[in-house]
Amino acid sequence: MKKILTTPIKTEDLIDLRIGDVIYLTGTLVTCRDTGHKRRVLSNVKPKVDLQGGAVFHAGPIVKKTNDKWEMVSVGPTTSMRMEKYEKEFIEATGVKLIIGKGGMGEKTTKACIDNKVVHTVFPGGAAVVAASEVEEITDVEWLDLGMPEAFWVLKVKEFGPLIVSIDTKGNNLFENNKKLFNDKKEKELLALHDKIKFMNY
Amino acid sequence: MDNARSFVDTTIKFLNVVSKVLPDDVVAKLKELSEKETDPMPKAIYNSMFENMEKAVTLDRPLCQDTGVVQFFLRVGTKFPLIDELEGLLREVVEKGTAIIPLRHNAVETFVEKNTGTNVGKKVPYVDYEIVPYSDKLEMDIYLAGGGCSLPGRATVFMPSAGYEGIADFVADTMVNYGINACPPLVVGIGIGPCMATSAKLAKKASLRTVGSRNPEPLVAKMEVELENSLNNIGIGPQGLSGKTSVLCVNVENMARHPSSMGAAVAFGCWAHRRGTIVFNSDMSYEILTHKGVVL
Repeated sequence: MKKILTTPIKTEDLIDLRIGDVIYLTGTLVTCRDTGHKRRVLSNVKPKVDLQGGAVFHAGPIVKKTNDKWEMVSVGPTTSMRMEKYEKEFIEATGVKLIIGKGGMGEKTTKACIDNKVVHTVFPGGAAVVAASEVEEITDVEWLDLGMPEAFWVLKVKEFGPLIVSIDTKGNNLFENNKKLFNDKKEKELLALHDKIKFMNY
Repeated sequence: MDNARSFVDTTIKFLNVVSKVLPDDVVAKLKELSEKETDPMPKAIYNSMFENMEKAVTLDRPLCQDTGVVQFFLRVGTKFPLIDELEGLLREVVEKGTAIIPLRHNAVETFVEKNTGTNVGKKVPYVDYEIVPYSDKLEMDIYLAGGGCSLPGRATVFMPSAGYEGIADFVADTMVNYGINACPPLVVGIGIGPCMATSAKLAKKASLRTVGSRNPEPLVAKMEVELENSLNNIGIGPQGLSGKTSVLCVNVENMARHPSSMGAAVAFGCWAHRRGTIVFNSDMSYEILTHKGVVL
């Protein structure tokens, strides 16, 4: 059965989730990425929408305006690691409980996930039309001065996913674990490879 | 329609296709890699990729939201009728195409740090020229590189004592530590030359070579095959979530180097490798090389 979270998300919705679990989201989802994180954290500019128990999507969509109404065309996740520098402060300033992005995040965000009982998840990167078709409507937009990708888009979503849990509230980090595993394999592979590519003459 | 209008019209239509449909070689390779997977997670990820490719066509939308800074790589004949006007025409293609298709606004002017909102900016779209003497044709790659797969690109200059082993280490390190976030399975383009800039340009061109093609020089091809096997055995899998393979291809382009230096660069492409190649004749009739059966 699908595990579906609904905003506002509570701590008890998250504490049993573990890395590798697959969940979906119904409710309000806001996009925020590089410049948006800086604006919220460094300039302390607050968007109108209350993010307490909310969900933030590291994404910069393609949108289209038809008859004064914004329409979602294509919206996939962007590299979460770019938000590593400000995510902890963003979580503490806004009270978001769910982060959606692509790839891993680092130590600072992992600690913030433990301390604030927040979960980071990944949506399959590049599957942007699938994601757009799970957006019911764009309910608002702020910070349009930052341009289409960086604006703060407020989305109404239904069973948005699959979202793969990559950092859980216990501080388990799927991508950091994988990186260690891949690096071990890499050392072995390179050792075997070196003998096959000795093209230098001497 | 005159030549210039005909060229702009056709290129906008082809840009539209490239943003929505992956080239045949990439689709075939994704299919081949997905069939090797046995675990539920990588299988589910590949399924979402194929579902996405289908929806992009049926809903007529760019298959990834990041349609990149538009890049053109030209092999232009000196006798091609529009050779003097190409730069301006390609800017027109991008500005109009951005509104029609639509593409995401991805040209941010540096220093003033302002998105132009049109995908046109200083030296953007990027146009790379190779001149073909005596020809009256234009062969053109269009490439939509998302920021995510541009992010892990790296170039460096080794002392020759590092050997080709040093280059292999550099590429594998970059893939595992940074490429993992760049939407694998990855296209891996490697350039080897005398300095940083020459190597970087070759790496980019290598990344645009057909998936499954091999460098005609046997030693270079051997490097491609051996490194591809090793990277695949690391098994970063689709989206870096583990799997049976890691890459769509490893392509190497090389040139002579300086006795004291060996430049190496690696350029990555994501699984949604939106590359298209079109050949224009002097009367602007055309042939599409990458997307069989597509009618503009």
